Amino acid sequence: MKNSLIALGKDALSSLRDLLPIVIVISVFQVFVFRDSASNLMALAVGGLLVVAGLTFFIFGLRLALFPIGEGLADSLARKGSTFWRIVFAFFLGFGTTIAEPALIAVAAEAAEVAAAAEAIAPSVEAKDSYARNLRMTVALAVGVALVVGVIRILANWSLPLLIIGGYILVILLTAVAPKEVVGVAYDSGGVTTSTVTVPLVAALGVGLASSIKGRNPMTDGFGLIAFASLTPILFVLVYGIVVQWS
Amino acid sequence: MELIVTSLQFIVDSALDVLPIAVFLFAFQRLVIGGPMPNRKQIAVGFLFVVVGLGFFLVGLEQTLFPLGRLMAQQLTDPDFLQEIAGIGASALVWQDYYWVYLFALAIGFSAALAEPALIAVAMKANTVSGGAIGVWGLRVAVAIGAGIGVSLGCFRIITGLPLHYFIAAAYLVVIVQTAMAPKLIVPLAYDSGGVTTSTVTVPIVTALGLGLAEAVPGRSPLLDGFGLVAFAALFPIISVLAYGQIAVLRERASTSAPDERDKAKEENHAL
Repeated sequence: MKNSLIALGKDALSSLRDLLPIVIVISVFQVFVFRDSASNLMALAVGGLLVVAGLTFFIFGLRLALFPIGEGLADSLARKGSTFWRIVFAFFLGFGTTIAEPALIAVAAEAAEVAAAAEAIAPSVEAKDSYARNLRMTVALAVGVALVVGVIRILANWSLPLLIIGGYILVILLTAVAPKEVVGVAYDSGGVTTSTVTVPLVAALGVGLASSIKGRNPMTDGFGLIAFASLTPILFVLVYGIVVQWS
Repeated sequence: MELIVTSLQFIVDSALDVLPIAVFLFAFQRLVIGGPMPNRKQIAVGFLFVVVGLGFFLVGLEQTLFPLGRLMAQQLTDPDFLQEIAGIGASALVWQDYYWVYLFALAIGFSAALAEPALIAVAMKANTVSGGAIGVWGLRVAVAIGAGIGVSLGCFRIITGLPLHYFIAAAYLVVIVQTAMAPKLIVPLAYDSGGVTTSTVTVPIVTALGLGLAEAVPGRSPLLDGFGLVAFAALFPIISVLAYGQIAVLRERASTSAPDERDKAKEENHAL
């Protein structure tokens, strides 16, 4: 019990540390540049507290439940699973963690608002929800596929720089044919996916796999998976935009 | 009262968001590994925390981080404010007049990356793995500079309305050239540091800033110009960390006279 409280306290400190620089920079600008005291300080303070409390609980819970099972599974499968189960596991791990990623939930909702305001989709709640859901599904599929490719790469020992550079060339080519409205969201979704939930579990998978095969470096191969997971969402969202435009 | 109802709604939603990964992990544990789940009570409590925490976080986000990002964008581009500092009307504004925007973006990107817990952890790990060759502070400052410049340049792009992919393609080219030249030790670390800066707290505020700018600057549309700041914040730290590795090698080379080629690799490690 005492240990749990200490862990919770540590998570709270790290969440505060995450938020603090933003609070300081904004306060400095409000006081010295605009010479303005923020009008709805109370509402902002309550919201800020919710952000810190929410992030703290979220990470504390991840450490209690998700990370131990996920890391244990990733490790034992990576070491002695069949190729088939390793690939299935990699896909669902990427998909599931991305669906639960808070930053992606927030950005997808915001993208739906913007699309509705610009009359690219209907302004109804249903249309916005389905737009946000499709976006998240596309990104989650992309991360699932990224991990599958990444696992096969580690097993077959393909070159990481070649695949990454090839992927980026494909990104630039697809940008030329994709509808303009989707390009910004697509590029941003690459950075959004590699966050709180995905990174620790994906790293566990990479490290487990790399250390089960002789002559592989756990550090570079673990990193390689994350590099894929930031690349494929861009490709998939661009393709999604192209497909929606055609239909 | 309203806040409580919204929170409950968000908590229900986040239960659905966490469901796929929970079901999948349980299924795998049962079917592939076999046997019952260990520590059932701890896991149940953990999932409860995850769901409630995610709900709270998303409510707080909607109440605070998104409005704050938008508010800052509005204030920084307010015609009266710009009139005061630039002394000209809104119709005659050029991109240089928005210098407070660039300064704010630089400050947010830099400070958020510097304090990012995930980056601190990565920097410490890199320090241990490299046997002290990669400095914890050196790496953190390098990433923070990259993130600050990235967000700032991203704001410049939104204000001028230049196409996003020009910048991204140019930055990729720089990364490829640097990868060929930088010390091998720093390359995987540099690629990883891009993803690390875009944390769960930074992403929403930076997104809101970009959308707010695109709404406020005349002639821009949020849909076409508003996104892209997160991509910049993730890409530029790669360049700055690779540059950090290159500068360290150059400085080492300048301080030792006529280095032997044979010692180059050793020297590269040492320089960091």
